[in-house]
Amino acid sequence: MTRTTYAKALAEAFRVALAEDERVFMAGEDIGIYGGAFGVTDGLLDEFGPKRILDTPISEEVIAGLAVGAAIVGQRPIVEMQFSDFIVNAMDPIVNQAAKLHFMYGGQVSVPMIIRGPGGGGTGAAAQHSQSLEAWFAHVPGLKVVTPATAQDVHDLLLASLLDPDPVVFLEHKLLYKVEEDVEFRSSIADTPAQLGQALVRREGGDCSIVAYSIMVPRALEAAEVLAEEGIDVEVVDLRTLRPMDTTTIRSSVKKTGRLVTAQEAPVPVSIGAEVAACVAGSDALDYLLAPIQRVGSLDVPMPYAKTLETATIPQTGDIVDAARRVMKD
Amino acid sequence: MWTIRAFEQGLEELFQRGLLHGTMHLSIGQEAVATGVCGALAEGDLITSTHRGHGHCLAHGADPERMMAELLAKESGYCKGRGGSMHIADVSRGNLGANGIVAGSMTIAAGAALAQQQQGSDAVVVCFFGDGAANEGAFHEALNLAGIWDLPVIYVCENNQYGMSMATARAAAGNDIAGRGAAYGLPGTKVNGNDILAVREATLEAAARARAGEGASLIEAVTYRYRGHSKSDRNLYRTREEITEWRDERDPIDAFTRYCTEHEVLSEQEITAASQRGKDTIKEAVAGAMTGAEPDPTELAGAAYAANPGMEGAA
Ligand SMILES: Cc1ncc(C[n+]2csc(CCOP(=O)(O)OP(=O)(O)O)c2C)c(N)n1
Repeated sequence: MTRTTYAKALAEAFRVALAEDERVFMAGEDIGIYGGAFGVTDGLLDEFGPKRILDTPISEEVIAGLAVGAAIVGQRPIVEMQFSDFIVNAMDPIVNQAAKLHFMYGGQVSVPMIIRGPGGGGTGAAAQHSQSLEAWFAHVPGLKVVTPATAQDVHDLLLASLLDPDPVVFLEHKLLYKVEEDVEFRSSIADTPAQLGQALVRREGGDCSIVAYSIMVPRALEAAEVLAEEGIDVEVVDLRTLRPMDTTTIRSSVKKTGRLVTAQEAPVPVSIGAEVAACVAGSDALDYLLAPIQRVGSLDVPMPYAKTLETATIPQTGDIVDAARRVMKD
Repeated sequence: MWTIRAFEQGLEELFQRGLLHGTMHLSIGQEAVATGVCGALAEGDLITSTHRGHGHCLAHGADPERMMAELLAKESGYCKGRGGSMHIADVSRGNLGANGIVAGSMTIAAGAALAQQQQGSDAVVVCFFGDGAANEGAFHEALNLAGIWDLPVIYVCENNQYGMSMATARAAAGNDIAGRGAAYGLPGTKVNGNDILAVREATLEAAARARAGEGASLIEAVTYRYRGHSKSDRNLYRTREEITEWRDERDPIDAFTRYCTEHEVLSEQEITAASQRGKDTIKEAVAGAMTGAEPDPTELAGAAYAANPGMEGAA
């Protein structure tokens, strides 16, 4: 075990992959000498050289497209979007190309690439540098979407994404980068115990299920502590990957507790919370529900700048606590 | 060239008989570009193609029967009937695929070329694109990257004068696509795209440059599309005289046969035989493809993923 941060645990996963697999390379804006806008790739250029760590121009479309082209002829690109907001400049290579080629060409190619970057608010960067766009990508057949919540998971899930032959949109959260934890580093890619499509019960409980991902996992765990003092025994499910989504774990948790709160940073309408709710409502888990489902998410506005407005927009621990109290009342 | 033309004419006939589903974009009149470029490539070289890609695919060695099967939406088609006209790929022969997105393959070709560099291969990637694609952002991002990284890629613009109804002269500022190479530090060459030998020459030069590690090139091959943009086109944006003039006076196949007879490369009988061979090949391809099985919808579940789709769905 090593005491380290989410950002460093991620960097360590890159290191393991770059050292072990010649086909792995990284490309993105300022990932080399600058070390990445959030310092995630710090030191990698010195260690692996400019052939493996490629500084690109500010050209999101070609960054994503080069990953597609390199992946279909046998490389394992990991490319960075400096802020995940900029991924919208690269929608064609991701949505029309990466997601489609395996299917559209009748299985003649697969597209093993990772496109990654930080999302989320809380840094005062306002509307164009604070979004949570995961639902856009989870909606597209052909993509996989990974949203790690802990330092151990960001390490393990990055390696699991490299083992996967399909294109992965890997969304980190900027506020998690500095969170410290004890992490067990894997010495080889295949040593990762994580698998895409497997949720994890982070805390067991019998009264209410909170299904969360990314930064909402630590907030849900905090909420669970508060609720425990009130005698409410909360179970926290961390989705970890949004596509594929582990519907089995969601349903069995709800069957156990009879109550469901979904928690996400993205705005509520047409979102992952809706998918989680539908996966319960459309199954036999529905019969176990003792109260209507509650969904927690951002206010339905672009992210505001002022700290007070930003905090009011993003769901905080208290909002999850309130939602759990509401489902417990029924 | 004869096979490509016969293929496209065969498709027109199938369409008229109501046997083709969806749309298609014919390259009749542009055969010298695909043939001149692909003929100049070596074993192992890669191409990416466009919505008007039947010619590229055939010129790079695809089996016409499997192409026809794809167009006729058969399981035996290159993409199991999932791709259709705009998406035929023949990866085992180095055709990384046609693309329904204008300029969609420009960045992919850059990535495939980067991979050749990384893998220490001396293969070259050719990216075919239209004049219309040269006005997409992807064109500029890809050429810039190819320029700074000396990627072994040849960007081949088939300037057939129009992007649907939009004349190149009205769409591309400066009306000089080859000239755009200079902005990215690449040689940009404009060639007569109806002269197969000129196209071949330009490609050989660009490929040698790429193989020598000197980087990317841009070729603008000026040609003309005789047919409408796709199945539905009333040709309101150009005159009948313009089409006739290109067809009667600058046809790439006529030009090549003239060259062959004048320089005694091929006899008239040999030319007639080659043309007949093209027609026969396509006739057999259609007949063979017709017998193929229909694709099975039950095979679609999970087919978007190479592994572990894991989506039991929420229903
Ligand atoms: C991104 C995108 N925009 C628009 C279209 C619709 N479209 C298909 S082909 C075409 C014209 C393309 O012109 P050009 O690149 O010159 O190729 P050509 O058809 O002449 O071969 C258009 C507008 C598309 N498929 N993709």
